[in-house]
Amino acid sequence: MVFALDALFGSLFLLTALGIVATRQVLASLRLFLAQSLLLAASALLVGIAIGSADLFAVAAISVATKALLIPWLLRRTVASEVYRTREIDQILNIPTSLLIAAGLVVIAYLVADPLLQVANLPLIRINLPLGIAAIFLGVFTLAVRREALPQLLGLLAVENGVFFAGVAIAPNLPVIAELAAAIDLPIVALVIGLLVRRIHARIGTTAVGRLAVLGES
Amino acid sequence: MELTILLLIPALAAGFSASPAGRGMAAPITIAAMAAVFALALAVAAAAVRKDVVALGDMGFACDALGALMLLLIALVGLTAALFSWGYLRRGKHGDGERGFYALFNLFVLSMLAVPILANLALIWIAVELTTLMSAFLVGFEDTPEALEAAWKYVMLTSLGAVLALLGFLILYWGLRTAGGAPFTWRGLAAAAPHLPPALLWPAFLLILVGFGTKIGLVPMHGWLPDAHSQAPAPICALLSGVETTTVLYVILQLLPLVGVAPGLDAGPWLVGFGLVSTGIAALLLISVRDFKRLFAFSTVEHMGIIMVAVGLGGAEAHLAALYQIAGHAIAKSFCFFAAGLVAMTAGTQEIAAIRGLSRSSPLAAAALVAGAAAIVGAPPFALFASELSILKAGMERGQYVAVGLLALFIIVSFCAVMRHINRMAFGTADGAGAAAVRAPPLSCKLTLALAAIPLVAIGIWMPGPLAALLRAAAAGMGG
Repeated sequence: MVFALDALFGSLFLLTALGIVATRQVLASLRLFLAQSLLLAASALLVGIAIGSADLFAVAAISVATKALLIPWLLRRTVASEVYRTREIDQILNIPTSLLIAAGLVVIAYLVADPLLQVANLPLIRINLPLGIAAIFLGVFTLAVRREALPQLLGLLAVENGVFFAGVAIAPNLPVIAELAAAIDLPIVALVIGLLVRRIHARIGTTAVGRLAVLGES
Repeated sequence: MELTILLLIPALAAGFSASPAGRGMAAPITIAAMAAVFALALAVAAAAVRKDVVALGDMGFACDALGALMLLLIALVGLTAALFSWGYLRRGKHGDGERGFYALFNLFVLSMLAVPILANLALIWIAVELTTLMSAFLVGFEDTPEALEAAWKYVMLTSLGAVLALLGFLILYWGLRTAGGAPFTWRGLAAAAPHLPPALLWPAFLLILVGFGTKIGLVPMHGWLPDAHSQAPAPICALLSGVETTTVLYVILQLLPLVGVAPGLDAGPWLVGFGLVSTGIAALLLISVRDFKRLFAFSTVEHMGIIMVAVGLGGAEAHLAALYQIAGHAIAKSFCFFAAGLVAMTAGTQEIAAIRGLSRSSPLAAAALVAGAAAIVGAPPFALFASELSILKAGMERGQYVAVGLLALFIIVSFCAVMRHINRMAFGTADGAGAAAVRAPPLSCKLTLALAAIPLVAIGIWMPGPLAALLRAAAAGMGG
């Protein structure tokens, strides 16, 4: 039962990661990130019930508080105009190509996770580790193809979600310290990047950071 | 007790600098705080030589000889950079921005000091991540489009690297649990190392090597480094290039003995490979570089590569040489950036081609630049000459002729490239337009150079006994 439910949350988690790759609106990416964070919290709760670890309940609570509440609030405070402007996100590849590559990345994630699964001592690792790695790949891919600041930040945050999705299963007792630490760290990342985006916008007049290329050797 | 106070001082100084009371007083307070931190770091280093690990049970702080060496270098560069900032910022008319600068300066130094002091690996990861976040606005401090671009690349790429390293730490913890569940500290890991499953230890090590390698500036993850290390204000460049890279390198160095005892794993070829690629690419880029702060930034990539090769070669000789190289690099590179800052202040440009005949227009800046460059490329009698020679010698003794040959070639190419650029800047003849406006540098900047020159010369021609003992103790902790 727990296994089936975690598999369901895991596949929805992967779906949100694919959604962040495919979506063309900043606000939609932000909402997908929220959904992804809630699914991460749900999986942490399930693993917590399965192995009887109260630590993971704290992880779930911190995850909801920081990723679903604090970060969106910070981003709206610092870069509201970026979040709410409805327009298409500038990116290097078109959506169908992106999704094909994304599907390939998911397959690779399973291949990469396989040798680690040989030593898995908890059945839920078989769900969480490969899906977490897949979400990491998709987040890095999003970061690489997006040219704009906020979508890049959401890619980075999705990578972090992937790490923790794997983390709740492979290191169920550590994540309390790690999540507490991330509870401090992630909002600072969002704040620093939000303020930086605001200054870049004020100073340069664009947030298409992928097109900033003053610095270099040539 | 020393370790707690060591972390408290910059925290208090940061709070004071940010408060309204910090107006006009932030600079002297920061200098005083850094001087106190340096004195404490000396005490910790002395203690570490005597009894191996300076531990403080209740707070979970611990510091071994390698950590003490890091503290000493961070504190030294922190002190000189604070002193240099005083005069450097006064010229820029930053007004209230100055308070923010000093608050972040102290927090940045605090986050670096925390890395070798914290015992729990999850907290060490946070400290490394905070070094990026605290220094992001220092990199973008000048508020030019170039500085903001550099700050953006710096935050995004090094944060991405840190997240990958985090997965490495989680897998490492997983391995520790399957091996019996010792505490998640360097000591706990060292005790459990022979029982860690290689299937977990190896991916954990590679993730941390690549993730934190981004922050160290290893090629091909180095893209952000020359931008950030050239656009930041000169005293911040000294901290970034001189000690931030080294602080992150410390984490890799602490991991190596674990991989060393695991059956069937050999990190050596990976380290030598990353190191040689970094040194080689940096040597090529040094030839074509146009901005003299970028020149010193690429030289950092080169030196991180040399250190990786030395560590990867293995053996007590190579480890000792690597640590000597780390100390020599931190001291020489911070001096180079102070000299570069002085030149940029007097000439008003960072372009190599715009500066010719500096020895006539500004003899002090020229002398500092030439001395710094000679020290960083490893000319005798400076420390890096001796350490690079011992690395090559250690490699020959291990029979690694190809690696040693390539390393020697890259070092020579870098030597020629750097000296050619610097030689033209200092002694070349001005072609009319090159006669840039010359302004006298502030007193505190000149004072910094005089102060920073003491360790630069001292560890080259006369190795102080206690420092040699610290290096030996730290190398002993790195295993065979």
